Amino acid sequence: MSEASTDARTGTDIARRTAPLSVVVGAIGLLQNVLVPAIAIGVSGIGGQGRFLLAVGMVVAAVVFGSAGGYLRWRRLTYTIGAADIRVESGILSRSARSVPYERIQDVSLEAKLLPRLLGLVTVKFETGAGGGEDLSLQYLTNAEGDRLRKLVRERRDEEQAAASGDEAVETDTDEPEGEVLYSLPPRRLLTFGLFEFSLAVFAVLGGALQYLDSFAGIEVWDVDLWRDLAEEHGVDWLALDARLKALSAVTGLFTLVLIGMATGVARTFAREWGFTLTRGPRGFRRLRGMFTRTDVVMPAHRVQALVIGTGLVRYRFGWHGLSFVSLAQDAGDASHVVAPFAKMDEIAPIVAAAGFHLPGADTDWHRASRRYLTDSILIDGGLFALAVIPVALFAPPLWALVPLGLAFFGAAAAVLSWRFKRHALDDTQIFARHGLLSPTSKIATRLKLHSVEIAQGPLARWRGYATVHLGLAGGEFAMHGVPLNEARRLRASVLETISATDYSRLDAPLEDGPDQAFSAAQSGFSANLAAT
Amino acid sequence: MDQSVAPSPSGLPVDDDGALTRLHPNYTHALRVKTVLMAIPFLVAALVAETIIRDAPLPFSLPPGAIAGPVLLIAIVLVIRVPSRRYNARGYQISADRLRVVRGLLWRSDTVVPFGRVQHIDVDQGPLERFFGIATLTLHTAGNHNASVSLPGLEEELARTMREEIRAHIRRESM
Repeated sequence: MSEASTDARTGTDIARRTAPLSVVVGAIGLLQNVLVPAIAIGVSGIGGQGRFLLAVGMVVAAVVFGSAGGYLRWRRLTYTIGAADIRVESGILSRSARSVPYERIQDVSLEAKLLPRLLGLVTVKFETGAGGGEDLSLQYLTNAEGDRLRKLVRERRDEEQAAASGDEAVETDTDEPEGEVLYSLPPRRLLTFGLFEFSLAVFAVLGGALQYLDSFAGIEVWDVDLWRDLAEEHGVDWLALDARLKALSAVTGLFTLVLIGMATGVARTFAREWGFTLTRGPRGFRRLRGMFTRTDVVMPAHRVQALVIGTGLVRYRFGWHGLSFVSLAQDAGDASHVVAPFAKMDEIAPIVAAAGFHLPGADTDWHRASRRYLTDSILIDGGLFALAVIPVALFAPPLWALVPLGLAFFGAAAAVLSWRFKRHALDDTQIFARHGLLSPTSKIATRLKLHSVEIAQGPLARWRGYATVHLGLAGGEFAMHGVPLNEARRLRASVLETISATDYSRLDAPLEDGPDQAFSAAQSGFSANLAAT
Repeated sequence: MDQSVAPSPSGLPVDDDGALTRLHPNYTHALRVKTVLMAIPFLVAALVAETIIRDAPLPFSLPPGAIAGPVLLIAIVLVIRVPSRRYNARGYQISADRLRVVRGLLWRSDTVVPFGRVQHIDVDQGPLERFFGIATLTLHTAGNHNASVSLPGLEEELARTMREEIRAHIRRESM
């Protein structure tokens, strides 16, 4: 037994509280929420002369009552590191207790938003893969306590697995080496990435803020007369603006829009991905990212169920792709973990290899979707609008018929474009599928980690002899559309052959290293898992 | 009857596209009764609507049975025709290490679950199913798609035998 775990064992079964500073963080958070309405009341006409007093009173009351509530909640929330599980008891009046056994904890991730980060606090999340956000989390422990807890949970899990196998020789290393950096985003790359993340979200925020101003400050933002009066007050003659000036302003406006969109994209990307580092340690992948909210996520390599390689309309033309892992643990509501948001394919390849997968090669035998499927989707996607041309041409003004005609054209074009990327391939260990309209998204799954195979056919598909193949994938969907029926059957037979060869309980075994994999040494840390199975 | 053939998990060649075993004929009857129970509220609603319209001062007069007639017709088709077709469309195939379930009249679906991926197994019986001596076998997997695959209309005893066989297989594998 290592030192750290005996140390922890003495602390076993003691109910602990979260860091006292979390009360302060809660109070400051409240202050932020109440400050804007208070200022709005202060500057607006609500309450007449006493409005400043009202605003100040509001802030004070919110902070006092909020902090008192926060303090009580803090007093009443305790967590216990038990021998077999972690228990959290909480609630001021109605008490609730939740217990999570160590063996059910998939990941322990640490997250620090800006304010807690300044105070040296983290949120510790125990991911169980239960789905629906029903995970256990402890808000605001000190950094040291968070790290200690994470280490402890991993040790307990490994110990449990070692005990289950009855093997005493399993060693668990307590201090974790940093591991090899697989991928990182330097600021320069981040800037390029940001330019592709064009976003007009700032206008939504602006619109929201204006709405807020509208309702709280009583200024009619959407009132054209107000602005016209304002303009005329400053000596602008509304009618004198001539057409050329209007055109110029339109162009300037568009240019500004693009500029703002790009600036927003860059700012958002910097905030989200700053300091992005992916390392491969003995316990799996570890991802650090975030400027204001710093997150630290660990993903055991054997939990990776499938890979998704996505890209964007424009960035695809420049050879940029993004890689995410599909696993049972959730990442901020997203079912997959982004491990390389913006990378060239030759940077993605080593990460893929480290996860025990491989990319499709030149010898990969791709199969396209059925030609009949293409014909049918053109007819359905374009044909429905084409049919609408007739009544529109008969009953509407002449040129209106162009609208459904254009839509029919776009529908048919979309069908052709999406067929262009649609394909799948099967090799000895993996299954690949690709789809997309203007840029391709690829999915890679191990044949071994699939759970069921379904061949589904609608009436049309049955008549035309193609099918949709659904694969049961833990943590995600995997479907291939328009596969010729014979090919679908062949696919199912070979996938099932692989699945049947290995039982579910052996799935978590370490990935079998091929001779071409450079990371076999790093995987020795999974010996505990091997022993468990 | 097909049901008399007990599934022999050993020795059967693994053939996904081979002949399907049919469900217990009582499944059709259970479906019929279920459809009748579902149709009754609609029929009652149609009759009520008819009386209301007959009493209402309308500029035109509806012939008697203008609403209840079509509803009754649809109900009869649903009760007599659809259950037997649905029964014919369903089938299953059990082999040494997998269960194949085929279902659907218009939208056909053909699912195979290997026993090695079964998380847990349910055998359910509703009151109707109990009356007809049939049961539903449900296999749960860890995949998001087909998280549970159910096979209704098995003879009660057969459903339990199948459950035991699949369970034995799981235990053998995970030893």
